[in-house]
Amino acid sequence: MYDTTDIRKNLKFILDGVPCLVVDFQFVKPGKGQAFTRTKLRNMLTGTMLERTFKTGERFEKADMEERQQQFLYPEGDNYVFMDTKSYEQLYLTREQLGEGANYLQDGMMVDVLFWNERPIGVTPPTFVELTVIETEPGFKGDTSSNTLKPAKLATGASVGVPLFVNEGDMIKIDTRTGEYVERVKR
Amino acid sequence: MSGPPSLASTLEPSIDSVNARPPGARVRFGGRVTARDGTSARIEDAFGAVIVTTGAPPEEGTLVVVDGTRSASGVLAGHVEAVGAARVPFPRAGGEFRALTDSGRLRARGLRARAEVLRGIRAYFDAQGFLEVETPSAVLSPGMDLHLTALEVRGIGAERWLVTSSEYQMKRLLVGGLSRIYQTGRAFRADESGARHQPEFSMLEWYRGFEDAESVMRDTEELVQGLAIARHGTATLPGDEGPIDVTAPWQRLPVSQAFESLAGVDMWQVLPDEESFFRTLALVIEPKLGRSRPVFLTEWPASMASLARLIPGRTPPVADRFEAFVDGMELCNGFGELTCPVEQRARLERDRAERARLGLTVHALDERFLSSLEEGMPPSGGNALGIDRLVMLLLGAQDLREVMGFPQDRI
Repeated sequence: MYDTTDIRKNLKFILDGVPCLVVDFQFVKPGKGQAFTRTKLRNMLTGTMLERTFKTGERFEKADMEERQQQFLYPEGDNYVFMDTKSYEQLYLTREQLGEGANYLQDGMMVDVLFWNERPIGVTPPTFVELTVIETEPGFKGDTSSNTLKPAKLATGASVGVPLFVNEGDMIKIDTRTGEYVERVKR
Repeated sequence: MSGPPSLASTLEPSIDSVNARPPGARVRFGGRVTARDGTSARIEDAFGAVIVTTGAPPEEGTLVVVDGTRSASGVLAGHVEAVGAARVPFPRAGGEFRALTDSGRLRARGLRARAEVLRGIRAYFDAQGFLEVETPSAVLSPGMDLHLTALEVRGIGAERWLVTSSEYQMKRLLVGGLSRIYQTGRAFRADESGARHQPEFSMLEWYRGFEDAESVMRDTEELVQGLAIARHGTATLPGDEGPIDVTAPWQRLPVSQAFESLAGVDMWQVLPDEESFFRTLALVIEPKLGRSRPVFLTEWPASMASLARLIPGRTPPVADRFEAFVDGMELCNGFGELTCPVEQRARLERDRAERARLGLTVHALDERFLSSLEEGMPPSGGNALGIDRLVMLLLGAQDLREVMGFPQDRI
């Protein structure tokens, strides 16, 4: 069991019989009053978002999930197609089920598909992925600092903040847990 | 401080002070190389950056002392001496330099704003004839409030807890004959962590003996107004939903009226169900308070204030307690103080029994505090204000952790 002090981003638990993922949370407490934890959750079966406020001390059942490695094949309409490389069985997930993960999928990439009660419900991309910048403003030569960021569009369609020296065509490493730029990769 | 130039150092205190010097001025300063090309380097510290033109710039991460002349756009270096180096690629993600300089140097600015706030607090209270005092952090009884959890301290020999507020000790000083006292200290509250809560935080607490709650509400207004003017030039704070005019006086809004006008419910009907009361307050009412003008919530139900006096002649009983809200956030909590030793003991015993019933730590009564009230405490107004939250409001920051040097996740 979890309780409200365990709540953090990406925690998975069962709420009303449905596995949920914590997308955001906020500790709320009137000065000398009872504490609450406000949460924004994603229903992991449907991908829909919901908001719930728990009072401190409430307990939740852990969501027992299993991850199996699968290969991402290609997007097909609103679905994303994955394949078990041993059994060649294919499965489909929707954009909503993938959530942020859809931003980092490249054809042929090996990913962890999440199963709950034998049902595929989501995908964990590798912690670090290397993607090509297809659109960004020109950089400032000599500026190797990482303090100031500018927007860049990646080959998968995702947007990310990058340092000023990154140019179009550069390959960069992204931390998929935070969606943040890590470093430029030499090719 | 003005006076003759100090001989202690010939170095500029920070790079933004280098940038404030006129062209042609001789400057010496320390800093870090954060970018370079063939003929120039950017030298940076937590507060600023300057482009230094120099022969062969040292590599990124090098700590340097620069001797040069201020030019129109930067510094022409006569001499750049390397005095230290980074052993990791610089700046390191999650490192100390990034911690202070990320998000437009938010944390560095927060540390400066905090120092400014502390100076402003001292200037205000000193000018009003207050005495700055210090009271212990580790005490016998940390308070009996049902919704505060204290941290235990071991090793002093007797049972000790970190203060959740310094009220007992400061009231003993009032009994002892000090009438205007303030302190800026640390308060500790376990299990409180989030954008507006940290288990260790800075608190300003002050008392006016022989005066009332209204007098410390006026202090609050004047202090915040003065700090806003000092920082922004006008009595305005950058709020989440637009500018907040903090000009005194602020509205006094009885809690029951806030329940009625902002949540559409009768507070006295909700009150018996404590969870509903706090749910309505925290989730419905508080986010709407103080968005364009700060507001004091006043006249709390008696059960919500164990250390406040009751407002005479009110049924159901109402406590002389107030909280100021700015930008949807509680900034302070104050009382017209309870001075009656018999009533105070009865209330603490009641809270103590309730803590026992809920399975919470049952603290000893602070007998020295209770016995001090028997000597006679003057009628007083007292207030406790979150300094970190005040810094946040002055900077328009959305998270305490951005303006604290060392929030829990950086310890």
